[in-house]
Amino acid sequence: MRHSILLAAEEMAMNKIRPKHLALHKIKLPLPGIVSILHRASGALLFVALPLLLFVLDQSLRSIETYTNLAEMLAHPILKLALLGTMWAFLHHFCAGLRYLAIDLHLLSNISAARSSSKWVMAVSLSLTIMFGVRLW
Amino acid sequence: MVNRIVTGAHYGLRDWLVQRVTAVVMAIYSAVVVVFLLLQPEFGYDTWAGLFSGNPMRTFSMLFLLSLFYHAWIGMRDIVMDYIKPASIRLTIHVLVILALVLYVIWSVQILWGL
Repeated sequence: MRHSILLAAEEMAMNKIRPKHLALHKIKLPLPGIVSILHRASGALLFVALPLLLFVLDQSLRSIETYTNLAEMLAHPILKLALLGTMWAFLHHFCAGLRYLAIDLHLLSNISAARSSSKWVMAVSLSLTIMFGVRLW
Repeated sequence: MVNRIVTGAHYGLRDWLVQRVTAVVMAIYSAVVVVFLLLQPEFGYDTWAGLFSGNPMRTFSMLFLLSLFYHAWIGMRDIVMDYIKPASIRLTIHVLVILALVLYVIWSVQILWGL
């Protein structure tokens, strides 16, 4: 009897519910972690946007007619929004990338510098995005 | 005598370095273009096309785009290696990314030299 109780307790301990995977909604990332995952997400977004950006470059340089057509096309609100999103991705990727280069050069070696620099990345990239958006509209 | 057993394909350090060198090239190029645009009193097709009319700027732009494509390859490969486990899907995406980037290289030459 006693033996079986012990066994049961052991089994319960062993089967204690443990997370089998990363519970993303329960993990609260610190700001440098958010900057990091956004660096990856913005990079992927920029890769997806590449053919469109090359198309824009092509049309903007080909002739005055294609340039004007492109300008008219990009005046559409949805495309403006897409352009703004791409601009955010670029700015975030750029600022966060500069931060990583600074870290590689051992310019941000302690935790408070690492944290405050990640705040700067968010502040600079978001305010430049807003400025770009204001100019766009 | 040091007898280390090293495993792997040995591209890690090289790609780590390439990722940073290409990033610096792109950062400098972006800064140059942004400063040029901010210095223009008026902006239109002529200023924009004028910027890309000389061979040095076309070459610099090509260097920027090649850096971008190499940088994008390393980034996309890392993302795929992190999230996609089945070898067949992973390989397929790798091949598609490489094909797309090679096509972008050809396209870039056509855009910059007006072919």
